[in-house]
Amino acid sequence: MTRLRIPRLAVGLAALSIITAACTATESSSTEPLPAPTASASGNVRFWHFFTGREAEAIDQVVKDFQASHPGVTVKVSTGQDDEKMRQAIAAGKGPDVGLSYSTDIVGNFCSTGAWRDLQPYISRDQVDLNQLAPVVRAYTEYEGVRCSMPVLADTYGLYYNKKLLADAGYTAPPKTMSELTEMAKKLTTFKPNGDIDVIGFMPNLDYYENSPAHWAPHWGAQWFTDDGKSALATDPAWQEMLTWQKQLVDFYGHQKLTKFSAGKGDEWGAANDFERGKVAMMLDGEWRIAFIQADKPNIDYGTAPFPAADSRPDLYGGGYVSGNIIGISKGSKNPEAGWELIKYLTTDTGAIVKLANGIKNVPTTTAALASPDLEVDDNFRTFLDIFAHPSSGTSPSTKAGAEYQNLFGTWLVKWQTDRATDLAAGLQGVAEQIDDSIALAGS
Amino acid sequence: MTTVALPAVFVPAATRRLARTPAPLRRKRRKHRLFVLALMAPWLLGFCIFFVYPLIATVWFSFTRYNLLSPPEFIGLRNYTFFFTSDPYGLQSVRNTLWLVIFVVPIRILFALLIAQLVIRIKRGGSLLRTIFYLPALAPPVAATLAFCYLFNPATGPVNQALAKLGFGVQPLWFSDPALAKPTLLILTVWGLGDVMVILLAVLLQVPVEQYEAAHLDGANVLQRFRYVTLPFISPVLLFAAVTGVIQMLQFFTQAAVASSVASGVAPVGGGLGERLGYPDNAMLTFPIWLYSKGFASFQLGYACAMAVMLFVVSFAFAAVLLRKSRVFLYGAEQA
Repeated sequence: MTRLRIPRLAVGLAALSIITAACTATESSSTEPLPAPTASASGNVRFWHFFTGREAEAIDQVVKDFQASHPGVTVKVSTGQDDEKMRQAIAAGKGPDVGLSYSTDIVGNFCSTGAWRDLQPYISRDQVDLNQLAPVVRAYTEYEGVRCSMPVLADTYGLYYNKKLLADAGYTAPPKTMSELTEMAKKLTTFKPNGDIDVIGFMPNLDYYENSPAHWAPHWGAQWFTDDGKSALATDPAWQEMLTWQKQLVDFYGHQKLTKFSAGKGDEWGAANDFERGKVAMMLDGEWRIAFIQADKPNIDYGTAPFPAADSRPDLYGGGYVSGNIIGISKGSKNPEAGWELIKYLTTDTGAIVKLANGIKNVPTTTAALASPDLEVDDNFRTFLDIFAHPSSGTSPSTKAGAEYQNLFGTWLVKWQTDRATDLAAGLQGVAEQIDDSIALAGS
Repeated sequence: MTTVALPAVFVPAATRRLARTPAPLRRKRRKHRLFVLALMAPWLLGFCIFFVYPLIATVWFSFTRYNLLSPPEFIGLRNYTFFFTSDPYGLQSVRNTLWLVIFVVPIRILFALLIAQLVIRIKRGGSLLRTIFYLPALAPPVAATLAFCYLFNPATGPVNQALAKLGFGVQPLWFSDPALAKPTLLILTVWGLGDVMVILLAVLLQVPVEQYEAAHLDGANVLQRFRYVTLPFISPVLLFAAVTGVIQMLQFFTQAAVASSVASGVAPVGGGLGERLGYPDNAMLTFPIWLYSKGFASFQLGYACAMAVMLFVVSFAFAAVLLRKSRVFLYGAEQA
């Protein structure tokens, strides 16, 4: 009986393996010829984006305008969708026609795996001029020559400072160098009677709100990868300079107190945000905070400025981290033509871009929208438009492993800022090796 | 049947048995087998679709580079070798999971047994206490973990505020401290021990009172009565609790994921869950969480499948060894 069972089992396993292999993804044909541009795209478009609340309402307004100008298209919007869910849905064949992501870090993964379609055939066919986009924006919306996404407004990062707290401490202007930031942060910090931090001048923890190595890197000129694609964490001295500066400020406060302060922080996306409730004097944040403050606490006396530059690189002052929302057509889209019409409208129609930029206070990405007289610009928002245009502004690179290189670094940084890792050079070397291994596993 | 004409020495034993069985009986047996098979068909179908097929698919994918969108690319044992040689957090996730197995399982059973013994002895209000101790087990894991995150928040939580009022100058950081994160999870799981307590309570109520009386007459003290009367009787249930507890801990995900996500305080809009798991310093990065992160945040499905295969093998081995080694421990079942 045993002799009979083994072949049967083997045959069964082989059959199941074949079925398994047959049931998995196959290469999609990306070379299908596109139909001629249609005067009126039609049908339903399932549109997923990550915005919620007030920002989602602003998106809805623009989508309504699109439907009014494209009466044959019905857009079904799903709000609050994250990238992981979207990626899983696309893989399962249940993804949206059009997806909007907040993170440019996914571009490498989405373009290289085909999760989002190559838009170049549509762009070429409809003669969309990509030169209307800033170079940094063009760069973060494509990967290795594959343009699978288009930009829907950009995000830039700068310094928010509480004018009243600064004035009370005798300051009339925000810091421009890291030394100035350190000095002011110490002076602006107040403690409770039990020694806990009450108001912090500047929070140096790299996992606090928008603090992250990616958002800080442009201010030290730190590079993520070498020209041959290997991690530059251990070889670019800017990383050591950045983390040495950060650790000195962490040590001033004590990581226990910082962890406790951080544990009590308010919701980043609401009125309980620490800056909005006066618990932080200076903070790195994106331009969208202007709209949040306007909605939550319009009476805060605050200012914006470029984030300070490293002492060794004063030439970098004025720049900052640039990222943005990206939009693409899913691999399994049932109506890519209408999806492309929606994308084209949201990313190239000046009226739509300006309306959306005014609604959620993001930076427009086309030259026409940036120059539009309808764009509402006050002094605080002007800061971010200047950062966007600054030559030293930059973004983080895309990889086939997505943002894993940032996640690995971020995990090690928790060790660094809590004294669980003390050898900076060895730590950076270790993380660099992890990053190289991880990207190799992903298939580079 | 041509085999009938052959010399018996050349006929396989099974065929000889078939040949000796009368035809009507064989038909009856076949009919009976088909009937049994028909009755089992729904279960068999579900077993094949939801267990056998996924298991074989997982084993196959574990030898591939697979991101769900592109066709799997066969890479041999590379996923397995990567785990043991290059994965920065793979072995840490194993250590965290083993910590939970070693500490949470016995402590939960011990506390559950103590509480069950306590409750069974209380004459008045026993049923109320039973309900109180069992209620936490009914709380959804996500809600319970959120409540604990609130209670143990280092800055605003009532626990630290109470400690401050009691004069403790430096209060613990609980879920935010890499050294205390897992012990805080232990407190959470012990709080929800009602499921173990209730089955221990049931078996304790069945221990024959005469045996206690006899032991008492023989001069046995409380500990001896527990050692020689109670323990043998409840040992099968203890073994059941241990086996299911170990398997639960090997698959421990929800509470650690929620606690690390909430304690990290990072809420990147649109980023998904994967990037926040394991906080602080990967102290709460259990093996299933790392598996999830690799599979559904990094989309390295082939690698995640290799991890799943390893988890399956270890779970299976754990259960098998525990059951085999515990046969001696189970003498109480036979006596009972």
